[in-house]
Amino acid sequence: MANKVHVETTLNGETVEFLCEPRQSLLEVLRDILGFTGAKEGCLTGDCGACSVILDGRVICSCLVLGVEAQGKTIETVEGMAQDGQLHPLQQKFLEHAALQCGICTPGFLIAAKALLDRNPNPTEHEVRYALAGNLCRCTGYDKIVRAVLDAAAVMRGGTHGAARA
Amino acid sequence: MELQEHKFKVIGTRPIRHDGVDKVTGRAKYGADISLPGMLHAKVLRSPHAHARIKSIDVSAALALPGVKAVITGKDLPELPPGSHQMGELVVNPRYLSMNIMARDKVLYDGHAVAAVAATSPHIAEEALKLIKVEYEVLPHVLDVRKAMQDDAPILLPDLRTSGTPEKSDKQTNIASQVRFARGDLEAGFRAADVIVEREFTTSMVHQGYIEPHNAVAQYNADGHGTIWVSTQGPFSVRELCSHILQMPLGNIKVVPAEIGGGFGGKTTVYLEPLALLLAKKTGKPVKMVMSRAEVLRATGPTSGSYIRCKMGATKDGKITAAQVWMAYEAGAFPGSPVGAGCMTILAPYALENLQIDGFDVVLNKPKTCAYRAPGATNAAFAAETVIDELAEKLGIDPLEFRRRNGAKEGTAQPAGPQFRRIGYIETVEAIMNSEHYKSPLPQVDGKPVGRGVASGFWFNAGFQSTAIVSINSDGTANVVTGSPDIGGTRAACAMIAAEVLGLKAEEVNPVVTDTESIGHTDVTGGSRVTFATGYAVYEAAQDAVRQLKERAATIWKVKPEDVVYQDGVVSCVNNGHEPMTLKQLAGRLARAGGPVTGRAAVNPRGVGPGFATHVVDIAVDPETGKIDILRYTAAQDVGKAVHPSYVEGQIQGGVAQGIGWALNEEYYYDEQGIMRNTGFLDYRIPTCLDLPMIETILVEVPNPGHPLGIRGVGEVPIVPPPAAIANALYRAVGIRMTELPMSPAKVVKAILEKNNAQK
Repeated sequence: MANKVHVETTLNGETVEFLCEPRQSLLEVLRDILGFTGAKEGCLTGDCGACSVILDGRVICSCLVLGVEAQGKTIETVEGMAQDGQLHPLQQKFLEHAALQCGICTPGFLIAAKALLDRNPNPTEHEVRYALAGNLCRCTGYDKIVRAVLDAAAVMRGGTHGAARA
Repeated sequence: MELQEHKFKVIGTRPIRHDGVDKVTGRAKYGADISLPGMLHAKVLRSPHAHARIKSIDVSAALALPGVKAVITGKDLPELPPGSHQMGELVVNPRYLSMNIMARDKVLYDGHAVAAVAATSPHIAEEALKLIKVEYEVLPHVLDVRKAMQDDAPILLPDLRTSGTPEKSDKQTNIASQVRFARGDLEAGFRAADVIVEREFTTSMVHQGYIEPHNAVAQYNADGHGTIWVSTQGPFSVRELCSHILQMPLGNIKVVPAEIGGGFGGKTTVYLEPLALLLAKKTGKPVKMVMSRAEVLRATGPTSGSYIRCKMGATKDGKITAAQVWMAYEAGAFPGSPVGAGCMTILAPYALENLQIDGFDVVLNKPKTCAYRAPGATNAAFAAETVIDELAEKLGIDPLEFRRRNGAKEGTAQPAGPQFRRIGYIETVEAIMNSEHYKSPLPQVDGKPVGRGVASGFWFNAGFQSTAIVSINSDGTANVVTGSPDIGGTRAACAMIAAEVLGLKAEEVNPVVTDTESIGHTDVTGGSRVTFATGYAVYEAAQDAVRQLKERAATIWKVKPEDVVYQDGVVSCVNNGHEPMTLKQLAGRLARAGGPVTGRAAVNPRGVGPGFATHVVDIAVDPETGKIDILRYTAAQDVGKAVHPSYVEGQIQGGVAQGIGWALNEEYYYDEQGIMRNTGFLDYRIPTCLDLPMIETILVEVPNPGHPLGIRGVGEVPIVPPPAAIANALYRAVGIRMTELPMSPAKVVKAILEKNNAQK
């Protein structure tokens, strides 16, 4: 289509370019143009957090941001969390604590939790619950998610990465 | 080989789930993640009216929009004969199902599908929907279950007649069926009572609330074969239902289950699948469909709202002498509410000599209901467990002690007739009585009354058909193939069962969920049946593999198979002179000892073990706003044998969270025109992280005598007690018996004000 816009952005540390229609959301761009389907569509109204990504250091619902707004910005998605074949401590702790059942909300929770721990390495249970309140999970009752985040925070503070191969 | 509990090496441990890394790295492919070359995107036009006749549909402008490839309406679907048949857990009426996924002459609820458009992008498909001109003649509608039962109510389905009545009637009606369970002498039972409590309860329609919207990708080939990729609880159901609706041979449809983002019963039927396949046939291109959240809420899922009258009597020494229940369930626009299950579960935790339960399945202008976790049991338990609590209170007996005195045990006749085998209901009551939570004083909260409530619940659980294949790899590891979509950890459970039998580690078994052409028939992931029934098939298939492994070792050793012993992954011979072989050693020699080993099993197990749960909750109530805070929650449940305890706990915690949402916030809100007004997660408010405390679990393990490993289903019963437990806690906190769900702040504060005014 003639009215597509050229956008250059940084995705999980790599420079990427894409063409998108002005009406396409960042979520649509990530999933349908770039093939990064880790961020999920749950509501398209910013209520469920399944599409969470980190944009210039802040958690956002990628369904509420346009693809063209990513120009010159830095995006982190769940696909970028494991580094050099090693799971991020949050990913490892989600597995150890059985903090997922169906898994559809998991990428959003991991991203929201990462953004929390990036700015607050030692959160209380209440701070974890507050930071994750924008992400809905219908399977777990959140118990094991909160425990996994608190445990991951402790591991990251201790500097030990008990991570498995990704 | 009999596996004794004390010998379990894998079952009862907590390995990392096999599909875990895919799901924490974003690699797992859910239905909406699937794309095919040249794929079209389709969207559905939905009714803006609760009840209307479709006078005409003009699709010409939509078809003229560049990028639009096809439009379908009800006229494109085959007309089917009336009639229902049993399909696993569900009774299915293909004609009504077809009318639900695409309206014919009438729309029956806000959100009812009217047309679908396939286009080169989802945006173009949405634009095209606006170009479809539908002329409606608006009809009177009915939203209240008791009004829908009245003689002068607007009729939804002209051909509907009430089934289950003593005398056949040819009257048009919205009452699809009625059912009665009765035994003993009700009047004598109530005469013998020292205390009688009777109350009326109403509950609102609620949605399963899975985070992943419905999706389907379909492809149709020139040879008449079609493939559907979909997030579903039942790939074999999707195949069968699409075969009925589209009148295609069943064997020409292949369903590939994608990962599934929650279902809770709501993904056991079809909505988009037949439409996607029909559009694929019409266009010759793959077609993808994904619902919006509003579509999910308006047109899929919900479980019944209900009206329930419940009367019970008991003697001074705490024995229930009689119980009478009358319940009407909203089926939505087509018959099929879970009222039968409601009738059979509502009194099931108790041993009762005199009872009568009447149930009515009623159609009205709301979406067709679908299964939701212990369908029909939660709203029923809200009524019965509240009345039980009031009886105990009036008699001055501890509510748990009252339940223990009347509780069902082995040999107790269920309301529906059959006697229970070994069950663990009393054990769950005692587990809460003895819990640190129940023995601790109530937490105190400044300025807020606090209260503690308890309630119990029952769910049948299901058996049904499952198939499994266990193959041995040449390195001594194994693969487990099943047809049960993994909705919350059942791959791990199946792998663990195979590992236990084969003497392997859980990590040495690869569990795979496959499509409808690669495994034998397997009923839905539902009814808490996968670990029980598919697990049963895996157990049998692994035993079959062991039997073959023993034969191969016998061939190698030139001995009789019965002289070979398989224990903990090692084959040995009872005769001396043969060095035992590990499975790895034997597996490496199979090629020259008869070929590969593949164990198979297909089951339809009858020994289903029902589930019981007892919960305790502490709450605080804000008297200014009516908001209820959950301070502490403990759930005890008879889980038979917990294969992977973490995922058993997870099932309980998730069920409790859904029950809390049902109790406090969730409801379908319709305006006077019958239009749903809360079609997003902002207004249809499910619990967030910040609304809940940690949810404590007590796993009571009373082995199911009907399963070789003692396994019972665990997934459904945890949703049953929470609304009643919270209502009972609310009474203890502020002295108000809430008889309406949800107990939202507005309703609670109104009840508090009314009580205060009455006392002035």
